[in-house]
Amino acid sequence: MSSTTNPSTHHTSTIGAIGAPSRRNTELALLVFAVVIPVFAYANVGLAINDEVPTGLLGYGLGLGLLAGVGHLVVRKFAAYADPLLLPLATLLNGLGLVIIWRLDQSERLQQLAKSAYGVFTPSAPKQLMFAAAGLALFVAVLVFLKDHRVLQRYTYISMAAAIVLLLLPLVPGLGADTFGAKIWIRIPGAGTIQPGEFAKIIIGIFFSGYLMVKRDALALASRRFMGLYLPRGRDLGPIITIWAVSLLILVFENDLGTSLLFFGMFVIMLYVATERTSWIVIGLLMSAAGAVGVASFAGHVQARVNAWLDPWSCYQDSDACFQIGQSIMAFGSGGVMGTGLGQGNSDLIGFAANSDFIFSTVGEEMGLAGVMAFLLLYGLIIERGVRTALAARDPFGKLFAIGLSGAFALQVFVVAGGVMGLIPLTGMTMPWLAAGGSSVIANWALIGILIRISDTARRPAPTPAANPDAEMTQVVRP
Amino acid sequence: MSELTLTVMRLGFLAVLWLFVIVAVQVIRSDLFGTRVTQRGSRRESARPQQAARQAPPQQRGQQSGGGGGGRQRRGAPSKLVVSEGTLTGTTVTLQGQTITLGRAHDSTIVLDDDYASSRHARIYPDRDGQWIVEDLGSTNGTYLDRNRLTTPTPIPLGAPIRIGKTVIELRK
Repeated sequence: MSSTTNPSTHHTSTIGAIGAPSRRNTELALLVFAVVIPVFAYANVGLAINDEVPTGLLGYGLGLGLLAGVGHLVVRKFAAYADPLLLPLATLLNGLGLVIIWRLDQSERLQQLAKSAYGVFTPSAPKQLMFAAAGLALFVAVLVFLKDHRVLQRYTYISMAAAIVLLLLPLVPGLGADTFGAKIWIRIPGAGTIQPGEFAKIIIGIFFSGYLMVKRDALALASRRFMGLYLPRGRDLGPIITIWAVSLLILVFENDLGTSLLFFGMFVIMLYVATERTSWIVIGLLMSAAGAVGVASFAGHVQARVNAWLDPWSCYQDSDACFQIGQSIMAFGSGGVMGTGLGQGNSDLIGFAANSDFIFSTVGEEMGLAGVMAFLLLYGLIIERGVRTALAARDPFGKLFAIGLSGAFALQVFVVAGGVMGLIPLTGMTMPWLAAGGSSVIANWALIGILIRISDTARRPAPTPAANPDAEMTQVVRP
Repeated sequence: MSELTLTVMRLGFLAVLWLFVIVAVQVIRSDLFGTRVTQRGSRRESARPQQAARQAPPQQRGQQSGGGGGGRQRRGAPSKLVVSEGTLTGTTVTLQGQTITLGRAHDSTIVLDDDYASSRHARIYPDRDGQWIVEDLGSTNGTYLDRNRLTTPTPIPLGAPIRIGKTVIELRK
């Protein structure tokens, strides 16, 4: 009988936040910090390369500060209870990305390479600042127009269609731009190229969350136990097989290992979170391994990447893929523990894509192991805040959406960082915010906007009830 | 630029970067402990009648029990009353053989903040066998067990919803 147990368990407890802290001032302080660090790094690069404080210091500092300030004010106004860390972390990564891109713009070697390839060298850093501004504009738009993330739930199947269309756009003749071996760009006349896969990542997240929210019980409960694994029914396996097939098709027709891995991985993560069945992870890993092995054995592009991963030195002289991986590994090696110092490394030897896919090698060489770890921790903190948001969210759609976005983000960071370090075969993906490239920066700002929206909903204190019955004198009327 | 300045800047940059990471982790830490646990129902608890003092609990217990039956609860008998709908959702009251009164009157065990409740609306009490009974105390809008309006004191099956206005109460193990 219950009265013989500890009397304190009889109490009903309410757990609430103390005084509903919005943490906006903490965010502001961190943001100032996050703007000062890149400015310091920028001055450091200028002093190391040209022996003088770069002339653009004020411009870049003000630009970044302005972006951060606008972001902060919008969050203060439209998402007052959002997580205080997401915006500063994103700002810091974006700012440091700008500095590293600017540093690689100063490299004579890369300038020569660009001139011999395209006839003209255009610095990437000003463009990147423009993209950051566009990304922040999208971030602001998400916060202003998306008052409640649950609205997205209505567009479950529309977003599936939209994501597939976005993914297939690069295959449309005349629209797709087959550059650098992968067909993942589309060319918009007058506006340059964009990479629709980056946006599809977010949109497919809406579909997965909406779909799994409805189907998770069927997927979790209707299963047979076989050899310690819960095997789902055939008809429930349908969607996972469809997604697997779609991601394989992307892999085959667009030569894009990264996006296909990202999509499939995101789906498996969300399936696991929705159903709590470990068997999905096992099935997912087996299926992706089978797909990767199958494709690698007949697609030349992927095969070259795998060979470069297995032994970059054997084909170092004659394959570009091997040369780049080799240079990247050497960059990490020559960085050592503390790095060579900003602006003093030779990571520009990587050549092509040094400031996009391979930008993390520059971090490795010029900031060393200490810097790489700090960067990975910054990414890790963003992921942690995303997962925390998912835990705190009260609606299943928001939970799944937040976990899906942070899972996709984590996968992307892992795939890129692992690729340039030689841990896994390189896939052409971009390090979020660091790498030069508009689509990635803009899409990731939108992703942070959505996470901030969900975390605002999750952390917003419940409205206080009109009258608290416990505040009154309460007595027990005994029989 | 001298070698020394650059070395200092290099190490300084790494230090600042790590400082940022550490500050961010501190913010997370303060977030982790930023919750408050409010004890509800403690006043009720201390005033709750206590049956035969088998294991004198540390709390001061005032009176002897009036409502018998609590000590002889059978297996599968409900041990708590849970408000599952209405403004008090989530409130639980441990069943210990005492009578629970429901109504808008401020001295009820559960004070209903409900426009459709009468001031003394219903009571829930155990009979001699420990079976919990709900009785409507002549309320204006009635008390419903499942879909049926109560006319006589009725035993409450486990988990059956008792509806008073917008508030739904059920007994659980």
